[in-house]
Amino acid sequence: MPMKSAVITFPGSNRERDMMYALELTSGIAPVSVWHADTTLPDVDLVVLPGGFSYGDYLRSGAIAARAPIMDAVRDFAEKGRLVLGVCNGFQMLTETGLLPGALMRNAGLTFVCREVMLETASTANRFTDGMARGAVWRCPVAHHDGNYFADTDTIQALEDEDRVAFRYARGTNPNGSINDIAGITNKRGNVLGMMPHPENLVDPLQGGIDGRAFFESALGTVAA
Amino acid sequence: MIPNDIAITPELIEAHGLKPDEYERILALIGRTPTFTELGIFSAMWNEHCSYKSSKKWLKTLPTTGPRVILGPGENAGVVDIGDGEAVVFKMESHNHPSYIEPYQGAATGVGGILRDVFTMGARPIAAMNALRFGAPDHSRTRHLVSGVVAGVGGYGNSFGVPTVGGEVEFHARYNGNCLVNAFAAGLLRTDGIFLSKAEGVGLPVVYLGAKTGRDGVGGATMASAEFDETIEEKRPTVQVGDPFTEKCLLEACLELMKTGAVVAIQDMGAAGLTCSAVEMGAKGNLGVTLELDQVPVREERMSAYEMMLSESQERMLMVLRPDKEAEAKEIFRKWGLDFAIVGVTTDTLRFIVNHQGETVADLPIKELGDEAPEYDRPWSPSPKLETLPASRIAEPDDYAAALSTLVGNANGGSRRWVYEQYDTLVQGNTVASPGGDAGIVRVGDAGKALAFSVDVTPRYVGADPFEGGKQAVAECWRNLTAVGAEPLASTDNLNFGNPERPEIMGQLVEAIKGIGAACEALEMPIVSGNVSLYNETSGEAILPTPAIGGVGLLDDVNARASLAFANDGDIIALIGGHGTHLGQSTYQRDILGREEGAPPPVDLAAEKRRGDFVRSLIRAGRVTAVHDLSDGGLGVALAEMAIAGARGCTVEVPAPAHATLFGEDQGRYVLTIAPDRVAGVLEDALDAGLEVAEIGKVGGESLTVEDILTISVAKLDESHENWFPNYMAGA
Repeated sequence: MPMKSAVITFPGSNRERDMMYALELTSGIAPVSVWHADTTLPDVDLVVLPGGFSYGDYLRSGAIAARAPIMDAVRDFAEKGRLVLGVCNGFQMLTETGLLPGALMRNAGLTFVCREVMLETASTANRFTDGMARGAVWRCPVAHHDGNYFADTDTIQALEDEDRVAFRYARGTNPNGSINDIAGITNKRGNVLGMMPHPENLVDPLQGGIDGRAFFESALGTVAA
Repeated sequence: MIPNDIAITPELIEAHGLKPDEYERILALIGRTPTFTELGIFSAMWNEHCSYKSSKKWLKTLPTTGPRVILGPGENAGVVDIGDGEAVVFKMESHNHPSYIEPYQGAATGVGGILRDVFTMGARPIAAMNALRFGAPDHSRTRHLVSGVVAGVGGYGNSFGVPTVGGEVEFHARYNGNCLVNAFAAGLLRTDGIFLSKAEGVGLPVVYLGAKTGRDGVGGATMASAEFDETIEEKRPTVQVGDPFTEKCLLEACLELMKTGAVVAIQDMGAAGLTCSAVEMGAKGNLGVTLELDQVPVREERMSAYEMMLSESQERMLMVLRPDKEAEAKEIFRKWGLDFAIVGVTTDTLRFIVNHQGETVADLPIKELGDEAPEYDRPWSPSPKLETLPASRIAEPDDYAAALSTLVGNANGGSRRWVYEQYDTLVQGNTVASPGGDAGIVRVGDAGKALAFSVDVTPRYVGADPFEGGKQAVAECWRNLTAVGAEPLASTDNLNFGNPERPEIMGQLVEAIKGIGAACEALEMPIVSGNVSLYNETSGEAILPTPAIGGVGLLDDVNARASLAFANDGDIIALIGGHGTHLGQSTYQRDILGREEGAPPPVDLAAEKRRGDFVRSLIRAGRVTAVHDLSDGGLGVALAEMAIAGARGCTVEVPAPAHATLFGEDQGRYVLTIAPDRVAGVLEDALDAGLEVAEIGKVGGESLTVEDILTISVAKLDESHENWFPNYMAGA
């Protein structure tokens, strides 16, 4: 049975529709749309924090969204072991809430970067990538200004030791200078994933490829794990 | 606070950009001396930017109708039917003057303004483009402007969430003192959900929505109607500051509100802010409007009526609402965190009345404010005709391979990746072709339809012959849409020129409009919206005449499209439209020989149409594997671009003289690649259609080879193509 999902819209979110399209395409089930000012989540298996510029990102990216009314419910949801995915601005929110460690700094090149990169599925020891091939390298777009992942040495060491780096930029395509080429990480339990790239923008041949589908199929349990 | 009873002196009138005879006209119209606020209102309504007083006479000659045109010029944007009850809404607008003064905010608010024009009509924006022109790369201000403008375009569009799918970036010394920032936006709506600015009904609330009013941009439209001189730094306070987050919320709130049936009329506050929007809504609906400025949400203290009426603070809307829906409307705007205030009422008096702190600060006839704006038939002189230079009078290069490498790897031929990677080209998930090809393509709905977008003009051609150059701008846009397989539907024009009070500049404008009109007529691509930007001069030196054309095309079946990348080794390369002969005003002449001389290539509109229609039919029938139009740099550059994009080489043969056949910029031509087993059929059909067609070579290998002329590796071309922009911006 594919998972039921919900996508939270914040003022300034702009990839919530892209995410809903990818989720429905993969699972066959239309995701529930949740407003940032709500305080409860519907009965779903996966909650997604989508990309965009929540509240304009005029403070640190994701900082205001991390304090939105819905976020207490998201924290509870994660604590219960259910799946929380943050993509791009959503990843920034997850670090700002403390659900994931570290921070997303301004890109090393200081400009917004929208291009295709190569991603390596660096770990399958979590509930999102467990249906993917470890070590596989696939195409995926990025579009961000603050994607330069950073954490202190001990945290990075722990992420590496605990096999929590889910995705790495591969073949010299790191677009933002992130430490250890990190593109996505999970929490310890493996039920919260944050990633900068946008697999939701590469799920349809008209988008130039379907490399992003394997990720959603794995995360939504539509392939045998 | 600035009082309203400041004495109106000739100096004050001049500072408002009003000529003495225009002031006389005001006196005759209202029968008394205007108040200070009224003077400001007249200056805002009657400046070139808002009134089109120099260009109106000629703009009226452009073709604006067609079977698919639902709404032509006159509203916030044009509307064109794309079938299935859907329509595309689009427009292009300049933000040249502010961008030169403050590049980031100038460009950002340019993007914001054009997006607002589109969603004011009820459309959700689905694509953006921009045409940018800067001074010579070695001019001291150029790098700063490029960096700021590109960041500003991206900063606004990326946050708002519209994909940028195309554009142009060009460098020329004639833009040293005036850069051009032309922003295009397109949106989608249902044909039964089009919203207009015409107010209807007396006694209805006039509602202010969006961001608060500040002092930013006071007098911006007047500034944009004047030349620059050494006092330019003093104009910085006239540039507005953009807030894409508020704009995104405004978009969502407006679209949500429109669904409720509450909106009678809507107008965004763009140039001249509250003044222009209120007058337009009333005048179009044959109604008066009374504004109560004490109700206007402000973000600064002690703002005078004058400042509020002329503020160009961004992200604001004016609406006339159905009174019974007021509460519902307010609720929606609260939800999105936006200001909502009833600031006025429609009346049956045809007066535009502005009250502030118990005083009537303006009381003017509303129709005359717009309709009686001065309209000039400015004297113009035709541009001198330049001689057509035969190729025999233009030198061949010493080294063909080096020449080709230069043409694909210099300021104007190099890849624009450094620019477009700063734009979100993918958001919304519908981008089928992103920048770098002949036209951007965006999927529409689930039924396999798509729209194609391109913006084009070749200013050096327009400078050399405004009529032919005007034709060429339209033809190239039409050709780019055709080259991806789209049926060109309609276009928008952004006419950037110098000071129209000089007959030679006015002549450029007049002749370019005539050329544009002729081409739009012949190619059935009417102009449905547009913008004129004059006075692009600094200390008496004008820009190259730059009438940018933004075109929209329809693909009924998005799968039947073409890209310019060489696809398969062994494919046969064919040239449609004959070998090149014309080198006058070519990039070869400019960049290799250092001269800009002679007449530009003429455009044969009938041939253009015949060839384009044929190429489109091939694409739609799936009979070609790659297509590219020929433009700057001719066949040589087109082949290089196809090779770079496809990461594979080719071998071709061209007749002598090779500099003309490789780099000639004769118009109306395309390069096609065809699978070997289909070549005979395609060539035969081309001949049957009366077209000139030549099989010139074959795709394959790692080099681009022109037999007996040049061989250069694709990797080397690629390096040359990609390196110029990042190296330049790094200061190398």
